[in-house]
Amino acid sequence: MIPYPPLNEALELASDWPQLLAQAQRLANSFALGGHGRRRAGTGDVFWQFRQAQVGDSLRAIDWRRSARADDQFVRENEWQVAQSVQFWVDCSASMLFASKGSSKHLRAATLALAVAVLLSDAGEKVGSSDGLLPAKVGRAQIPALAQVFSRISDNDFGTPQSDDLKPHSLAVFVSDFFGDFAKLERAVTSAADQQITGALLMVLDPQEVNFPFAGRTLFESMSGRLRYESQKADGLRAKYRSALQDRQAALASLAQSVGWQFQCHTTDQPASAGLMWLYQALEYRR
Amino acid sequence: MSIFGALGFSTPWLLLGLVALPILWVLLRAVPPAPTRRRFPGVALLLRLKEDDLQTDKTPWWLLLLRALVVASLIIGLAGPVLNPAPMGENGSDLLVVMEGSWADAPDWAAQKQEALRVAGQAGISGRKVAFLQLTAPGSAVVFSAASLAQRQIQTAEPKAWLPEGDVIGLIAELGSFDSYWMASPLDWPGRAKLVSELLAHGELRVSLSQTPTMGLLPITVTAQGVEVHVSRLSAGQATQVRVDLVGLDPSGVERRLQSVPLTFEAHALLASQASEVPQEMRNRISRVVLAGYRSAAAVRLVDDRIKRPEIAILSGEIAGREGLTLLSPDHYLTQALAPVADLINGTLEDVLLADPDTIVLADVAKIGAKTAMVDWVSQGGTLVRFAGPRLAAQSFNSKEDDPLLPVRLRAGGRTVGGAMSWGAPKTLQAFEVDTPFFGLPTPDEVIVTAQVLAEPGPDLAAHVIARLSDGTPLVTRKTLGQGQVVLFHITANADWSNLPISGLFVSMLERLSVIGSYGDFKQQALAGTTWQLVRDLDGFGTLKTVGDRAGVDGQVLAASRITAETPAGVYQGGERRWARNILAQDSVFTSATWLGAVQLVGQAMARPKMLGAGFLSAVLVLLVVDILATLWIVGKLRGRVVGALACFLMAGLTTEDVVAQTAEARAIQATRNVVLAYVKTGDLGQDEISHAGLTGLSLALNQRTSIEPVSPMGLALGTDELAFYPFIYWPITLGQSRPNADELRKLNRYIKGGGMILFDTRDSEIAQYGESTKEGRLLQEIAAGLNVPPIAPISQDHVLTRSFYLLQEFPGRSSRGTVWVEAPQSLGEEIEGMPFRNLNDGVTPVVIGGNDWAAAWAVDLAGQPLLPVGRGLSGKRQREIALRFGINLIMHVLTGNYKSDQVHVPELLKRLGE
Repeated sequence: MIPYPPLNEALELASDWPQLLAQAQRLANSFALGGHGRRRAGTGDVFWQFRQAQVGDSLRAIDWRRSARADDQFVRENEWQVAQSVQFWVDCSASMLFASKGSSKHLRAATLALAVAVLLSDAGEKVGSSDGLLPAKVGRAQIPALAQVFSRISDNDFGTPQSDDLKPHSLAVFVSDFFGDFAKLERAVTSAADQQITGALLMVLDPQEVNFPFAGRTLFESMSGRLRYESQKADGLRAKYRSALQDRQAALASLAQSVGWQFQCHTTDQPASAGLMWLYQALEYRR
Repeated sequence: MSIFGALGFSTPWLLLGLVALPILWVLLRAVPPAPTRRRFPGVALLLRLKEDDLQTDKTPWWLLLLRALVVASLIIGLAGPVLNPAPMGENGSDLLVVMEGSWADAPDWAAQKQEALRVAGQAGISGRKVAFLQLTAPGSAVVFSAASLAQRQIQTAEPKAWLPEGDVIGLIAELGSFDSYWMASPLDWPGRAKLVSELLAHGELRVSLSQTPTMGLLPITVTAQGVEVHVSRLSAGQATQVRVDLVGLDPSGVERRLQSVPLTFEAHALLASQASEVPQEMRNRISRVVLAGYRSAAAVRLVDDRIKRPEIAILSGEIAGREGLTLLSPDHYLTQALAPVADLINGTLEDVLLADPDTIVLADVAKIGAKTAMVDWVSQGGTLVRFAGPRLAAQSFNSKEDDPLLPVRLRAGGRTVGGAMSWGAPKTLQAFEVDTPFFGLPTPDEVIVTAQVLAEPGPDLAAHVIARLSDGTPLVTRKTLGQGQVVLFHITANADWSNLPISGLFVSMLERLSVIGSYGDFKQQALAGTTWQLVRDLDGFGTLKTVGDRAGVDGQVLAASRITAETPAGVYQGGERRWARNILAQDSVFTSATWLGAVQLVGQAMARPKMLGAGFLSAVLVLLVVDILATLWIVGKLRGRVVGALACFLMAGLTTEDVVAQTAEARAIQATRNVVLAYVKTGDLGQDEISHAGLTGLSLALNQRTSIEPVSPMGLALGTDELAFYPFIYWPITLGQSRPNADELRKLNRYIKGGGMILFDTRDSEIAQYGESTKEGRLLQEIAAGLNVPPIAPISQDHVLTRSFYLLQEFPGRSSRGTVWVEAPQSLGEEIEGMPFRNLNDGVTPVVIGGNDWAAAWAVDLAGQPLLPVGRGLSGKRQREIALRFGINLIMHVLTGNYKSDQVHVPELLKRLGE
């Protein structure tokens, strides 16, 4: 039922990150990268315009090659590029390892996050992890490190985002199934919002978690086996479970709205590109 | 074992377990089915939910019932239920298994043996001692021991070719009390009633009666035209037919059935007879007569010399023209004595020798014309019997040399005793001496001799004399010559010199000399003093076996005794004579056995005790499987793949039509994508296989040698398959195939019109010659009657088929003689000067008709090797090659039309271009 390795073999799992990386790269490559830039002169690497030298421009700033073609002196200006920090939290708890078939929620979540990270990093943004393990930095070297961070599985049943080490005025992306303690999540999100951080909540679910296709006498166990729930007639429970899930999703949506974040639910049977599209646009909008 | 009606239990106390069923019911009801364990992260959400129905899910009542059934079946199955239990042996006494083991049991032997084994085995299971007694072959003692020992004895027991003797009573008289189980044939035998009462005195007696009808062959009667066979049976009732086979050596020395004689028993008849014509020559070769399909010694009659009728030629020195004096004729009495038992040959000596008779009798012949031929004939095994007479006596012998055709040298003249002109009384016969062939025959006083020829005394005279007169003078002398013998009676063959020829002794003497066989049974007196040795004996099943050296038995004793262990049925050899002793005599009558009331009769067809335990236990297994499925279904695990597999399994049968449609489409694609040769499926699987192999071989050859590259051939069902895809159809005509109906005819006509070719193969050219029509030929005519076949003609020497690829002049298949018919030329084209061929058929002939069985010649196996032999040696190879070339020409012709025919115009066209 669980195509993922056992929890205590984190080392073995760590060797999965190149695969995760490749998958994320592939996903990112399939995504048409939009233009980036501030559309005005500033510090940056990319040529923006030549302008006539004015008083106050240092001699060093004069572009002699251009100036030699005319009578005036010209200054070469680059486009202003400011890197935004985007910090990711991918839930690495045991419940994310669940997969009824195909890829697990964790693999999907990490793939999506990493793909967005690749896109952002290519666009010159700083990417990092929200838990302070990997501070946001510019450059492609950040991506493998991020993949490694995403592959670090904890054996807790459910995960909570860490918002203490977030950089103010940055972006945050929380990817999880959000089955954990809602109060903790709420605290984390509001404290982040207090630091002028905007972001997105992406809920990744397995189709079984959405449809609840069970029947008969069933003993439900959490992934670590710590939580149990015995149902005498699982099929009778379906409606209730679904409404509980909808409640949770509504709560998440209203939380996001209250702090100006974006919220979306993604299931693993959807194509990954749909999730990536939403996530990228949510960040683009914010940036 | 306790018994309730027809049902018994070997361990009935186990049934107490059934009482525990209600407890089980309660227990099962209290324990709900085990839950499924599932990993599910959404449990976090579930934790806050409350279920409405917190009551434990109960096991459904029908599942409880199922499980109760399982346990009940298990208990009943282990309790050892037995249907129709055999209640015998309550007292646990010993069991004596009695088998008669006579020839009457042989047809039923296997069943009897099995029954005996079963009874012994059952007794062994219940711990009783068992003894086995075969009445026809009783051991030295009856000992009760372990059942396995008795079973081993039963295994090796074989039926004997005689009936039981009553002398086994001594074996069991001293034993204590025991029960008996008797495998009985329906036939009565002496001493049976006594044995029954003896066994009843010791304990219970059950008799298992064999139901097989008892039949036997009575002695066959030899008639003038052949033989008459008689079959006797024990019980009348229904009319049946049996077959009697006459078995003997065929001319090549192999034993085989020479002739079969069917017999019919009328409903109430106990005896059936049927005369059958058998040629003399064949009759002499019959070695035994067998009642077919009845495996018993009584169904076999061994035949000895007595059935044979020797060929005897009688020649006498009588002077022609003495009609009216028959009684004086030298050979009258001989003819009278021999005619009933031998085939007499008449004619001159030269003619007679050509016929190679068994015996030649010369009555008073002094001068033998073809002496050398005669000596040769005797040396090769003939028997020459000569009688004296006036002429022989008058012959003056050259005393210097022996006459090879006389056993002793005779003195000229003879002597007369006891006559009016002589001294002394007529002489009687001396008793026959021990080492003469006549030893044992009585010498009646009324036989007197008044005249005789005398032998010249000599040192070797005594050795040749085999019968003497009372005064010691020789009466019959004999000498061997090569492989044959010459016997001289020193008296006349008529009553002139002695009244011996008109006495019964004369016939006996001839019989002893093997001149004639003894007909019917051997006469007691004729057997006196003879010794017979058993050479081949008959076992209970009627199989003849060679036996080792056995002590000789006196002939008279043998004739008087019945068929017993000491004097079994079989072939006895006595001197040069063979005597076959058979089970049934001329007057044998079967009597049915009757049984006392105290005997419990159990027919073999009686309901056998049947162990039901295994049935119950397998029911337990089946119910358990049902229970597993039901449990899975209840806990919701019976879904997805399992249900899918079951559904697939059920659906598989429903979608054949789709499959057919799909395959038809695939076939069409396959047939149109490549060149495919086709054949008509005849319904005769063997022929279809050959057709397929043949076209495969042809396709292979085409692939190798030409640019036509056909793929695997296809079989066509005329009714369903589209014909238009195939350029060429091979149609073998088999007798079993159905005539095409109107629809199929329309299809075929369209095919022919559309340019296809059908090769009709009647495969009969080996037998259809010189205008004779075969069944296949007529069937082809029937089929072709509905087809729009153009006029056809035998293929001409310049038809395009002869040169479309190879140059051919004949079109052999597996046979090479048949004529091949093709569409007749439209108009007889004129031969063009300088052109080797006429320009005849414009198009392709739509049909080719022949009977050379081409497919068989083309046929190859999977390895590409020829499947069926064609011809012999190199010429056969050549024939197969030519057959293949014909096939290639044919396909080439189909595919290229008259291209080759047109090619002959090429020189003309080139010439015109040049101009």
